[in-house]
Amino acid sequence: MTEQNISLTIDGQAVTVPKETTILEAARSVGIDIPTLCWAENLTPVNVCRLCVVEADNSKALVPACSRACDAGSNIETNNERVTKNRRMVLELLDSANDLSQSEELQDLMANYEADSSRYSDNLAAHDEPKVEDDLFIRAYDRCVLCYKCVQACGEEAQFTFAIAIANRGFDARVSTEHDIPLPESACVYCGNCIGVCPTNALQFKTEFDLRSAANWRPEDQEVTETICSYCGVGCTLELHTQDNEIVKVTSPADHSVTSGHLCVKGRFGWEYVQAPVYRPPSAIQTDAAVDD
Amino acid sequence: MPDLKYTLSEPDEEEKRLVQALTQNAQVPIRGDRVAFGGVRRAKNLRNLLLPGLHALQNAKGWISPGGLNHLAETLRVPAAEAFGVASFYDLFTLEEPAYAGPLHHVCVDPSCGVAGAEARIKALQAQGKAVHEGPCLGQCDRAPAYFVQARSSEPVDMTALDNSKQAFDTSLSGKLLRRFGKVDPSDLRSYLDNGGYRAFETALSIGGAAVISRITEAGLTGRGGAAFPTGVKWNAVAAHEAYEKHIVVNADESEPGTFKDRMILEMDPFALIEAMTIAAVSTGSTKGWIYVRGEYATAERRLQSALNEVQRSGLLGHNIRGTDHSFDIQIRQGAGAYICGEETALFNSIEGFRGEPRSKPPFPTESGLFRSPTIVNNPETLINVLEILEAGVDEFRASGTNDSPGTKLFCVSGDIGTPGLYEAEFGTPLRRLLEAADIPAEEVYAVLLGGAAGRFLNSSAIDMPLSFEGAKAYNATLGSGAVMVFSNRVDLTKVVTRLGKFFKDESCGQCVPCRVGTQRQHEVLLQIGDSTPTRRQRDLLDDLSIVMGDASICGLGHTAASAVQSAIDQGLIWSET
Ligand SMILES: Cc1cc2nc3c(=O)[nH]c(=O)nc-3n(C[C@H](O)[C@H](O)[C@H](O)COP(=O)(O)O)c2cc1C
Ligand code: SF4
Ligand code: SF4
Ligand code: SF4
Ligand code: FES
Ligand code: FES
Repeated sequence: MTEQNISLTIDGQAVTVPKETTILEAARSVGIDIPTLCWAENLTPVNVCRLCVVEADNSKALVPACSRACDAGSNIETNNERVTKNRRMVLELLDSANDLSQSEELQDLMANYEADSSRYSDNLAAHDEPKVEDDLFIRAYDRCVLCYKCVQACGEEAQFTFAIAIANRGFDARVSTEHDIPLPESACVYCGNCIGVCPTNALQFKTEFDLRSAANWRPEDQEVTETICSYCGVGCTLELHTQDNEIVKVTSPADHSVTSGHLCVKGRFGWEYVQAPVYRPPSAIQTDAAVDD
Repeated sequence: MPDLKYTLSEPDEEEKRLVQALTQNAQVPIRGDRVAFGGVRRAKNLRNLLLPGLHALQNAKGWISPGGLNHLAETLRVPAAEAFGVASFYDLFTLEEPAYAGPLHHVCVDPSCGVAGAEARIKALQAQGKAVHEGPCLGQCDRAPAYFVQARSSEPVDMTALDNSKQAFDTSLSGKLLRRFGKVDPSDLRSYLDNGGYRAFETALSIGGAAVISRITEAGLTGRGGAAFPTGVKWNAVAAHEAYEKHIVVNADESEPGTFKDRMILEMDPFALIEAMTIAAVSTGSTKGWIYVRGEYATAERRLQSALNEVQRSGLLGHNIRGTDHSFDIQIRQGAGAYICGEETALFNSIEGFRGEPRSKPPFPTESGLFRSPTIVNNPETLINVLEILEAGVDEFRASGTNDSPGTKLFCVSGDIGTPGLYEAEFGTPLRRLLEAADIPAEEVYAVLLGGAAGRFLNSSAIDMPLSFEGAKAYNATLGSGAVMVFSNRVDLTKVVTRLGKFFKDESCGQCVPCRVGTQRQHEVLLQIGDSTPTRRQRDLLDDLSIVMGDASICGLGHTAASAVQSAIDQGLIWSET
């Protein structure tokens, strides 16, 4: 092995890791967990949420564990009072600006860090009505925490379609198509990879959206079945989420060697035939009229 | 290269012509010695023309139409959504057809203009039926209340607002950096050469790059853009790189409220800046120069462009300068209304045609800067100091100022008392003497905002503070960009502080949570409190916001977004008791 190793201290523990290892990876390698939001194992870190900040003795400000490489000899504290306070504030700020109710992970973190966003005025970043523009998925940007994951997945990190980007600036920044045109008019190819990476459920299957609207979304009653996509020879693993024996959404594991969690429109959305209400053998389809009745 | 999809919006003939003019002659050097002349590779390498292209479209019509944006994006092979994301980042670009005819008047409502009657100016302009946009400091605090006319090219411009012939500068305390101001004709290279121009360049060529850098290091020159980073260290790091392409970038995006020194350098002494850049280039083996000028600096940009044309014609730039084996050329880029683009890595993104969002550091610019190549970024004032060091020598340079802050500094004095203007003083000069030179009686001083919006307030007890890096530090302040805004007790300081809160919320790039949401919340709390005494809860919230923005933000904007507010409270300048 030609790789150089470096040693540092994390929460009092001596850790030795290969050079270029991030603080997050190093910490996790010795069982220390650091919360993340904008980081994902299948995307390049953008280090924008700042939930993963830790204290490093060679930096005045806190540093993002998800992207900062370990420095030899440095001393990292991942959970002291200063770090905790900053994480609590980040969570409060997020909760003050967004509807986080559909992110279980963030709800848990807020409880753990005792975040209290009731002291902020009630000014959501996005009062935007959910964008329901097609039958496949919806975009509800009042839940969007601007983690950039969907933009990355749509662009250079997976899909190379570039249908969405960040527009505007500051508190008005939004994920948007050009001139905010509806998705069906944009470059979108409906791969659904953006849905797959969204941590707050801002992007969700229309099936889920409809079930939630009807107060009938019951994750506790859902089953997940793994299968291989039957459309082509690539062999993507699909996870079919079913409720009442109907498919309600399709995902793929982020750590899967073939997909890295990403699919195409067929695997992601092309399952309606599975639960088509009536099966007609080809011989039954004789005329247009026969199909229409 | 992916297959990009665009909408069917069509450009009109004028927009087509503008985009064609932009791209047809552009040569695209790429890594290695090859030059790409055609195809997708060429288009992709033209992305840095996105910002100039947006300017061209905006100037022609007063807004950027969907058809125009579509065509520009497609020509440069920039995804449509990304082009929209870039255009919507900047204040000076309009993406919907404006409801008004004629130019847009940007009126500064930041502190010095606020106290000098910005509101009355807005009313007067509106009474004349003019379209008005209330915006941040325009770098004309010496002629507050200031405004800037953003015209469409087809319309006549009201030149009175652009008349910069009356420049206020003062050399009574020291006259080194300002010595060419008013003496050298900024439109005439001959006049610059007759007044000692390019002597420092001759010296640099004769002693060689390594010696230039060691002199700068010995002279103790530090950056004047706000961070006071040692200039010699930067130059050395870039000189040490063997990269094929290295850049010299001048950061003339000056948008720190209260700061106008760089504008005056560009307007009054543009040749000096070009000479100093050329010295940086030949001393570090860099071949590409960029000057990023604030979009609102119309006169400065015009004068700089004409100076640059003259120097290019004279052979002091270009291929094999003056028969040496050094080659260096310079391009000007105009910003488009975004304070954050003064942050060096945001500036790189802006030039490259991306949103002006700061990058994560490390890597630092000297390793991976513009187009990911080793890059020197310097402030204009930092660079003209290099001429002083090479001409007068290290000892003479260090004879001014203090041991820890050698040399002289430009101070931009403005506010509601005295004579606003640009003042040059030796480091270590007591604040009191600077104020005297600006006709500000010490007993009238209630508060001083040192270093602009990112700086800190001082109360009148700091009047004898020495104006040096270490002197300011002893008062828990920073000289920052050299902005000195002085307020009497006739000024409603709560209003000033609240306005600073708005400045940060308006200028945050929005990338990271602490600053995107924190600046918004800070401004809301300030508005809520107004003139009354804050409750414990409000005060705690302000303090907590200050902590998270200072500790957890990505860049200096977030890090300093609470410092003026907090210092005004700490110094007892606002609210009776908290
Ligand atoms: C929000 C922000 C705005 C800045 N604006 C400017 C600016 O307008 N001009 C400038 O020279 N430096 C500005 N800087 C500092 C630059 O990042 C950089 O440090 C500087 O240009 C380096 O030049 P110097 O070493 O010559 O000072 C800004 C920094 C931040 C964080
Ligand atoms: S569905 Fe695919 S193409 Fe469409 S926006 Fe999402 S990631 Fe981009
Ligand atoms: S929509 Fe989801 S994935 Fe996209 S930026 Fe917002 S929170 Fe992140
Ligand atoms: S601190 Fe503010 S300006 Fe800087 S990167 Fe974060 S959001 Fe952008
Ligand atoms: S997870 Fe590190 S900054 Fe978001
Ligand atoms: S121009 Fe108005 S404060 Fe600077």
